Amino acid sequence: MRTLKFLLQKEFRQILRNSMIRLAIFVMPVVQLIIIPLAADYEVKNINLAVTDHDHSAYSQQLVSKITASGYFRLTSYNNSFKEAFKAIENDKADLILEIPRGFEKDLIRENEQKLFVAVNAINGTKAGLGGAYLGEIIKDYNNDIRLKLVVPESFNPFPVIDITSSNWFNAEMNYYFFMVPGILAILVTMVGGFMSALNIVKEKEAGTIEQINVTPIKKHHFILGKLIPFWVLGNIIFSIGLIVARVVYGIVPVGSLPVLYACISMYLLAILGFGLLISTFCETQQQAMLIMFFFMMIFILMGGLYTPIESMPGWAQVIAQFNPAGYLIEVIRMVVLKGSGFRDITPHLVKLGIFAIVLNGWAVFNYKKTS
Amino acid sequence: MESVNAESLRKTYGREKLLAVDDVSFSVSKGEIFGLIGPDGAGKTSVFRILTTLLLPDSGTATVDGLDIIKDYERIRKRIGYMPGRFSLYTDLSVEENLDFFATVFGTTVEENYDLIRDIYIQIEPFKKRRAGKLSGGMKQKLALCCALIHKPEVLFLDEPTTGVDPVSRKEFWEMLKRLKMQGITILVSTPYMDEATLCDRIALMQRGHILSIDTPQRIINAFPDHLFAVKTGDMYGLLRALQSNKNITDSYAFGEYAHVVLPPSGISPEDVQAYLQQQGVAGIEWRKADVTIEDCFIKLLKV
Repeated sequence: MRTLKFLLQKEFRQILRNSMIRLAIFVMPVVQLIIIPLAADYEVKNINLAVTDHDHSAYSQQLVSKITASGYFRLTSYNNSFKEAFKAIENDKADLILEIPRGFEKDLIRENEQKLFVAVNAINGTKAGLGGAYLGEIIKDYNNDIRLKLVVPESFNPFPVIDITSSNWFNAEMNYYFFMVPGILAILVTMVGGFMSALNIVKEKEAGTIEQINVTPIKKHHFILGKLIPFWVLGNIIFSIGLIVARVVYGIVPVGSLPVLYACISMYLLAILGFGLLISTFCETQQQAMLIMFFFMMIFILMGGLYTPIESMPGWAQVIAQFNPAGYLIEVIRMVVLKGSGFRDITPHLVKLGIFAIVLNGWAVFNYKKTS
Repeated sequence: MESVNAESLRKTYGREKLLAVDDVSFSVSKGEIFGLIGPDGAGKTSVFRILTTLLLPDSGTATVDGLDIIKDYERIRKRIGYMPGRFSLYTDLSVEENLDFFATVFGTTVEENYDLIRDIYIQIEPFKKRRAGKLSGGMKQKLALCCALIHKPEVLFLDEPTTGVDPVSRKEFWEMLKRLKMQGITILVSTPYMDEATLCDRIALMQRGHILSIDTPQRIINAFPDHLFAVKTGDMYGLLRALQSNKNITDSYAFGEYAHVVLPPSGISPEDVQAYLQQQGVAGIEWRKADVTIEDCFIKLLKV
């Protein structure tokens, strides 16, 4: 125990003495938590629209002003030929073309039917899909307005219609931050914990200090624990700072209880730190450890359900995602913060994270050899 | 009593099975300063790493302080002090913190064994608050020695402790070792500097994983069978070429500002060589009898 105490004292001294690490631990997560959710917004806005109006009628004017008034679109060019509008797409000045045919107003009233043409630049799939859908909605809405004006409404609809009313649970206003901030917090804890622990033992290898440690009677598990505990404590501190930022900046108050959240983050930190330590027992230089950790970090982030739901991934990807501890954390934090899940709801996650922690740390202790 | 005993140690590295240590056997008595002398790559560090339980030999056995290096490695680690060739203390901890840390991991305190390190530590004590990384080379050396000694080891392993240290500090360092020897500590030291060999009680000359000779420095020097002379002239290159062209001369090589000439016990005489040199057109030579050094012995052994 005395040995462990001194190992911990040494580790804390070294970590806190390094001003860059202090910055990385205490300042950078806060900055990222403030910047990323504000910038990485799912909503597609400012879609550039080119209108080719062959009609120049009151109706076509109304349609265009209705579209621009929606707030999603920005009218970047208004011209008489499709060719000109297409040039705007080619020059990246427009994402969508709406073509209004000649005689739009006249034929609509006379024949009760008229066609519009929408061309979408589909290079950015999300923007194209959402932009096309928004535009379709607005045109449909416009169509209803005209119908109301032209047709006397009957008291009963002659066709059976299913009217859908939805209500959003757990995030009633569909506030985007409520969804993103807990997930980004999970990623920040993962990054700091994973990188710090992966680089730490390797640093001792590079500096040669591990030689000196290896000839001492220090037990392997003491040494690994001495590396694990400081980063576990720091991880919890980062998480707490993150919760405060989420509350102060975004007004996110966890619905569930804090003990549940901390139980989960504590277990998760053991797993991810074990992973970092495992990597550092395999590597000889900090550069190697950094590259390998970076590779896994990408997978953790992109396959963890932060941006794209795991459920919509192909089957094989879902199998890989099963082995991604970060995915469990992101899910649990969202469950507890937004839904108020209790211990019973997150038990399966805790158990899985526990298995990760035992396997990864056990492997790290096994793989750390004092003799070569 | 034997403090360290190595028998037929062998170690190869990598897929090519490069021989780093080849059939190395020696024993060191308690309280002896034993030197492993040899050029870079001779296998000195590998022998040290095997004896300090950091490296497993491919074959052969060894004991340190009566304990087997494979079976009793945990007990050995409590009883030895190891100072690797490269400075390997925590550069971001202060002098004091490093010393405290290593005392603690060995389950002791600085106060308990302060006597042992006092002479060395008082020299770096004024800088005890300074980070180890900010010390000068000589001071780092002293701190590393303190850290290796703080748990009162039975056997001290010093791997090239004086490499890259100025001559004055080197001399000081060897004086420290002499004082430690008086405390009954067995010291194994490796060095590429031949002049340090005479400071050891016994030495082993190593080359390419082999031990060429083990004895006291004086006996190794006495065993030098040939006559040795030092020659100097303005044109050293011409001198050496002339010496090497004579097949009766056993050996000749540059040695500092002189050339050393090795002549067989019987046969060609110094006068013959001087006459030969004059005949070869090497003029203005300064000729004297030279004292045999360990380096001459080493060169002799390499040519056998």
